[in-house]
Amino acid sequence: MTKIAFVTAGGSKTEVPAQDGDSLMQVALEHGIEEITAECGGAMMCSTCHVYIDDAWFAKVGAAPEEELDLLGFASCEVRDNSRLSCQVKVSSELDGMVVHLPESQV
Amino acid sequence: MGVVIIGAGQAGVQVAQSLRQEGFEDSIALLGEELDLPYMRPPLSKGFIADGNAAKISLKPEGFYAKSNIEFLRNTKVVSIDRTEQIVVALDGRQFPYDHLVLATGSRNAAPPVENLDLDGVVFLRTLQDAIKIRERLDHVQNAIVIGGGFIGLEFAGMARKRGIRVTIVEAMSRIMARAVTQETSERVAQTHQQNGVRILTDRYASAILGEDRVSGVALSDGTVIAGDLVLVAAGVKPNSELALDAGLHVSNGIEVDEQFLTSDASISALGDCCCFPEPTSNSRTRLESVQAATDQARAIARRLCGRPEPYQALPWFWSDQGDQKLQIAGLFTGADSVEVLERDTGGTTIFCFAGDNLIAVETINSPGDHMAARKLLSKPRGTTKSALSSVQYAMRDLL
Repeated sequence: MTKIAFVTAGGSKTEVPAQDGDSLMQVALEHGIEEITAECGGAMMCSTCHVYIDDAWFAKVGAAPEEELDLLGFASCEVRDNSRLSCQVKVSSELDGMVVHLPESQV
Repeated sequence: MGVVIIGAGQAGVQVAQSLRQEGFEDSIALLGEELDLPYMRPPLSKGFIADGNAAKISLKPEGFYAKSNIEFLRNTKVVSIDRTEQIVVALDGRQFPYDHLVLATGSRNAAPPVENLDLDGVVFLRTLQDAIKIRERLDHVQNAIVIGGGFIGLEFAGMARKRGIRVTIVEAMSRIMARAVTQETSERVAQTHQQNGVRILTDRYASAILGEDRVSGVALSDGTVIAGDLVLVAAGVKPNSELALDAGLHVSNGIEVDEQFLTSDASISALGDCCCFPEPTSNSRTRLESVQAATDQARAIARRLCGRPEPYQALPWFWSDQGDQKLQIAGLFTGADSVEVLERDTGGTTIFCFAGDNLIAVETINSPGDHMAARKLLSKPRGTTKSALSSVQYAMRDLL
């Protein structure tokens, strides 16, 4: 099974199994990653599931499309080139081992 | 002792989580009536009808509650509050003492005054179990009748059409979503539903539900009869404020709270669907049924209980997915006396609502970027004027 590692702003790392086809947000919620608020449940209605994709994996995930960037503009933490809304990133076997960094806050 | 929370929906769960995030160390008991793990309600009338995947809509994984030292008790219906002794009593006699009590009792579906609501084939949608039962039925349904043209009924209609079911919506007012959106948005959304084959009947209500053992149709106030093998009653909700009323708290359109979400008893807070609060952006007392209200109010209560109260200034916002239309609302449009409609190049529509010269709400259809910009604009303490917007050709970003 694909594994994804979430790293908090404080540096603590949690590696969790992820179902291919699920969004990173769903994976985080299912495993109690509290740094993902995901207020709208993945409807792309808020910006509370913001993550930074690790540089080593960013090319595989790709940059946020324009509509997502509009929402990211309202994230509570700094938006960087590798910022994504985790509800919009689908897990696949290609991403096995990926490291995802969590911002300090979502609201 | 600590905090007891009645209601394990979005509001109750968020209070518990926010209390822990704010460093609250005493006990937290979260009492829910339902048997399921707390879940998100919005998907029930949206994606869940399509995919039926209950695991995907849990608010938190099962282990969250124990890990966060939150005592989550399902199947626990509270029947009374003893404010003198500060004890909550459950139906089975269990007692829960509290230092502070939080009422997150939510709302329930309103039942229209017609007979035969208990006929087989007449359904209400509120809980996960309701949604599971409706999903199971849909394979055998050909003609669905929806009583009530609000968000839930329209979302259901969009999902049912995708499954090839014929859908008729009966709305008593002159337009759909009349309480929630402007005429301009109503018309656009109605038109899209109609293009997708949904029949919308306005200005009439269901006067009788027909059938012997199971439902066969609905008689309308204008004398027409429509045939159907499923009737979804989606005619609004009522706040669950009886517990509060019985306990002697002030109740009007919901449980009355102050700007800090305290009820008339300083040891009891209320939030979410069940509470009527002084809404800061519209300067009116109102009751909101939304994820935004539940979560923002929960955070406000948690901060206050942890000794860090902040003024509540959250902007109300809402969303609804209907067929392929994403409807989003920022602010409250009540009191608007003029609107400005902009059709965006992207195919989306943005509707600006003004009271006098002041922007008070923005409705968007398939225009999420505008929605987010509107939320930011409407949250500015000094507001935004029509003249300012007009000077930048309604490019909201230029004013941020």
